[in-house]
Amino acid sequence: MTESLLKTVDLSKSFGGIEATRNINLEVRPLETHAIIGPNGAGKTTLVSQLSGTLLPDRGAIYFAGQEITRLSPHRRAALGLARSFQITSLLMSMTVLDNVALAIQAHDGHSFRFFARARTEPGLRRRAQEVLARFDLAQRAHAKVATLSHGERRQVEIAVAVATGARLLLLDEPMAGMGREESRRIVALLEGLKASKTMLLIEHDMDVVFALADRISVLVDGALIATGTPEEIRANGTVRRAYLGEM
Amino acid sequence: MLRPASAHKTAALGLTPRLGARGWLSVGLLALIGGGGVVAHFAGAPFYVDLATRLVCLAIAATSLNLILGYGGLLSFGHAVFIGIGAYAVGIPSYHATYGDWQAIASYNGFFHLALAMGLSGLFALVTGAISLRTRGVHFIMITMAFAQMMFFFFVSLEAYGGDDGLTIDVRSELGPLSLDDPLQMFLLAFGVLLATLWLVDRLVHSRFGLVLQGAKDNDERMRMIGFNTYVFRLVAYVIAGALCGLAGALLGNFTAFVSPDMLDWTRSGELMFMVILGGAGTLLGPILGATIFVVLEELLSGLTIYWHLPFGALLILSVLFARGGLMAFVGRLGGND
Repeated sequence: MTESLLKTVDLSKSFGGIEATRNINLEVRPLETHAIIGPNGAGKTTLVSQLSGTLLPDRGAIYFAGQEITRLSPHRRAALGLARSFQITSLLMSMTVLDNVALAIQAHDGHSFRFFARARTEPGLRRRAQEVLARFDLAQRAHAKVATLSHGERRQVEIAVAVATGARLLLLDEPMAGMGREESRRIVALLEGLKASKTMLLIEHDMDVVFALADRISVLVDGALIATGTPEEIRANGTVRRAYLGEM
Repeated sequence: MLRPASAHKTAALGLTPRLGARGWLSVGLLALIGGGGVVAHFAGAPFYVDLATRLVCLAIAATSLNLILGYGGLLSFGHAVFIGIGAYAVGIPSYHATYGDWQAIASYNGFFHLALAMGLSGLFALVTGAISLRTRGVHFIMITMAFAQMMFFFFVSLEAYGGDDGLTIDVRSELGPLSLDDPLQMFLLAFGVLLATLWLVDRLVHSRFGLVLQGAKDNDERMRMIGFNTYVFRLVAYVIAGALCGLAGALLGNFTAFVSPDMLDWTRSGELMFMVILGGAGTLLGPILGATIFVVLEELLSGLTIYWHLPFGALLILSVLFARGGLMAFVGRLGGND
């Protein structure tokens, strides 16, 4: 119990009369890839938003690396090592790929109140950013503006930025959203490469992806977690089959 | 300093940065303003020296607004308040040095005036910015305008300093060996401050700080999610912009030798926005181009008709419709810079 990297206790959030998140007790262990699945409207994004700090819960608590972060602002959580990628791509569109990644590195370098030295020619930042891009197969696109990238490339940058922050936990909100089979496969390969070094909380629709990547799976239905277990356990779970997998 | 915005790209490719169309326009514009003022003086055309000085003072103010509007995406509709604070920071100490009372601030010392102008403007920016920057969009526009109007009515109510009639500055700032009563020296001081301001803003926007500011303009949520407290970065930029505009106000007060609440009326703030947006928000020299067009057109048109603001409106509409990113971006596109 104590060794979990991320833990929620009775996390709850309502909008009007609708309980979007109901008493969620979730636990993500260090270096595991934990997937959250659930039908549309199950409250997956609401949950991620509470974890990353854009929404505050009504009740319950969130702990990250042994510290309570329930009411911490998003940038403080990011500084602690919690990075989020968005379901709908959210990048600095007018800047280059390299700028996007270099800023993520700069954020955790801790020295952003420097007013005179030219940041774009700082070898420390730029070289590290180039290294991240190389790992993500984006070296060729380093100087392209994000606005000119394809959807698939943007999704890659989205993950590259999360990794570049040096985060211990990646909150990946549907990283494969809107991608074709080929592009999807590329992202899966990327995430497989990250499994050994990063803890990941993966929100995903595509069951093939989830069962291929996840060490453990939690199933969210109508705002509540109805089961958590290994892929085999989830596949065998009768409640889950009725509530969700039956649809497929 | 005058490298075009795309220079870092060519530099990264190992090519020598060269001036594009925008770069040439920028250099030409500065040379024209600087050379024009000096030539006019020696050609015995004091009217044009005055015109150039006024233009340069407004260009400094517009450049400071560009830092937050162009690079920070903050539509401040109260920026002229800092011109007023800066000008009164010259007028009031000078007034007391001449007529007595308030010995603590009574002084002709120009360095004291400039420090007071920048300090008070920065402080006002810090206090009002801390509140205003909690809001976004239309609310930010309204709240910055409201704070500026509060100061407008504050100065109107200061009967001791002429109320809404304003205050004549009998003795200008004394800046070491400089005499600001001499039009050429006044012009050269303002022009020097403009160059220094441009250098400073150029360094700022390309620094780590500047990239965070521009990133927050582009996508605030993303910047917060990678760990930046964007509010603090905006606030620092707002204070720097306020202090720089206070400096412009101190120069303008010295130049006109007169201070009045009219200097910080909201229409003045609108004019500064006009200069920045018309010339090109987020380009280093765009606001200078905008200020030049504003001052020149005002001079030409106000002689012809009292409705001289009308063509400005038309011009702004045309530039917003057909030259997105302002005239600087338009020229850049014609000249092939991205």
